[in-house]
Amino acid sequence: MVGVIDYEAGNLYNVGNALQHLGVDYLLTDEPEKVRSAERVILPGVGAARPAMRSLQERGLAQVLSNLQQPFLGICLGMQLLFEHSEEEDCPLLGVLAGSVRRFDSRCLKVPHMGWNVVEPSGQQKEDPLFEGIAPGSYFYFVHSYCAPQTAPARLAVTEHGQPFASAVRRGNYWGVQFHPERSGDTGLRLLRNFLEVQAS
Amino acid sequence: MLSKRIIPCLDVDAGRVVKGTHFVNLRDAGDPVELGRRYYDQGADELVFLDITATVEDRQTTLDWVRRVARSIFIPFTVGGGVRRLQDIRQLLRAGADKVAMNSAAIRNPQLVSRASRAFGSQCIVVAVDARRNGDSWTVYTHGGRKNAGLDALEWIRQAESLGAGEILLTSMDCDGTQGGYDLQLLLSVSELAKIPVIASGGAGQPSDLLAAFQKGRADAVLAASIFHYGKYTVGEVKEYLGRHGVPMRQTGFRAMTQG
Repeated sequence: MVGVIDYEAGNLYNVGNALQHLGVDYLLTDEPEKVRSAERVILPGVGAARPAMRSLQERGLAQVLSNLQQPFLGICLGMQLLFEHSEEEDCPLLGVLAGSVRRFDSRCLKVPHMGWNVVEPSGQQKEDPLFEGIAPGSYFYFVHSYCAPQTAPARLAVTEHGQPFASAVRRGNYWGVQFHPERSGDTGLRLLRNFLEVQAS
Repeated sequence: MLSKRIIPCLDVDAGRVVKGTHFVNLRDAGDPVELGRRYYDQGADELVFLDITATVEDRQTTLDWVRRVARSIFIPFTVGGGVRRLQDIRQLLRAGADKVAMNSAAIRNPQLVSRASRAFGSQCIVVAVDARRNGDSWTVYTHGGRKNAGLDALEWIRQAESLGAGEILLTSMDCDGTQGGYDLQLLLSVSELAKIPVIASGGAGQPSDLLAAFQKGRADAVLAASIFHYGKYTVGEVKEYLGRHGVPMRQTGFRAMTQG
């Protein structure tokens, strides 16, 4: 069973729709025990970091999410929450990954970064199972105003919007993607299917 | 690099698509799901559904097809029309709409825009602006262009952005339905003013109109109806044309790659 965390942080219905389309059983839950015992965990999320962190803490989920052994996928804000700190209202995050999340420079750019952009593999692991069968430079759908640094040691892929930023990350059993695979057409569905098959290591 | 977006638009009345049903070989030409799926398969980057349902009783029908669309297409889609209260927005988002567009309600009650963007995030709040040329400026209209809202379009867009709108859907009432091209002057004025993405709407008849909207009007996305609905061009053909002319486009080769 895949546990999809329901913590009032936006659009998780379409993550569920995509999983259903892939023929996977999933459970929307905010109970720490159910999250701990899920085979895989997905943390979706759009919106602001501070209310999201508060919501995870109120449910006793922050601690649980930082100590999972099973494959974990953070999507959009769910990926950002893996880092140590966000510039957004100066908010401490889960701290699974080193680094801070920063706002795009809106003086010369459209912010939010909204639309389809190119995802290029980068970093140590060029052939991560999450991107199996997906051509380098494929397009994924993004909607966000904050981003993780390109220099993040955990980066798996980078994307450019005025500046390069980490658009996918991995550390051990923790994966994160800044884009929305559930909204990225067939390429996104393939990535979700890959996640359903990865092994924690 | 961020690609420009091509967004087919479908008008829906009481759960049935009322324009754009001229595709051949459709099992059910009025079904929003089947038509949405058709555009999804053609490589559309997003979809917009304008719900022109008049009666309150039919809101349930709306939520029903929105739910079905969300289960069958895996690109973002916006639903507009009949949105009056925060509760309407919540219901549409819960049904699976990625974004909700507001027009008259935002003008009548600007606080709805700020409350909605605080509650759900500005990324899902689209403010639709219908503008008509008035000498050297543009005036905002509501009710499908029949009612003058007494607002300067650029002023209103600036205000909508500061209220928390995440995107502007800009329709030229002068060009809408003419298939003679977008109002490029209006579009450029808004694109230069807005820090949030601008979707151009009203007037597309040829692929070259879309090219002009991107290159001369600096639009982030274009909405088009008739150019696609009557089977004149597929989304893929238009994207191929635009790509050839230097517009960054998402090409959808993935399906071909994996399914021969």
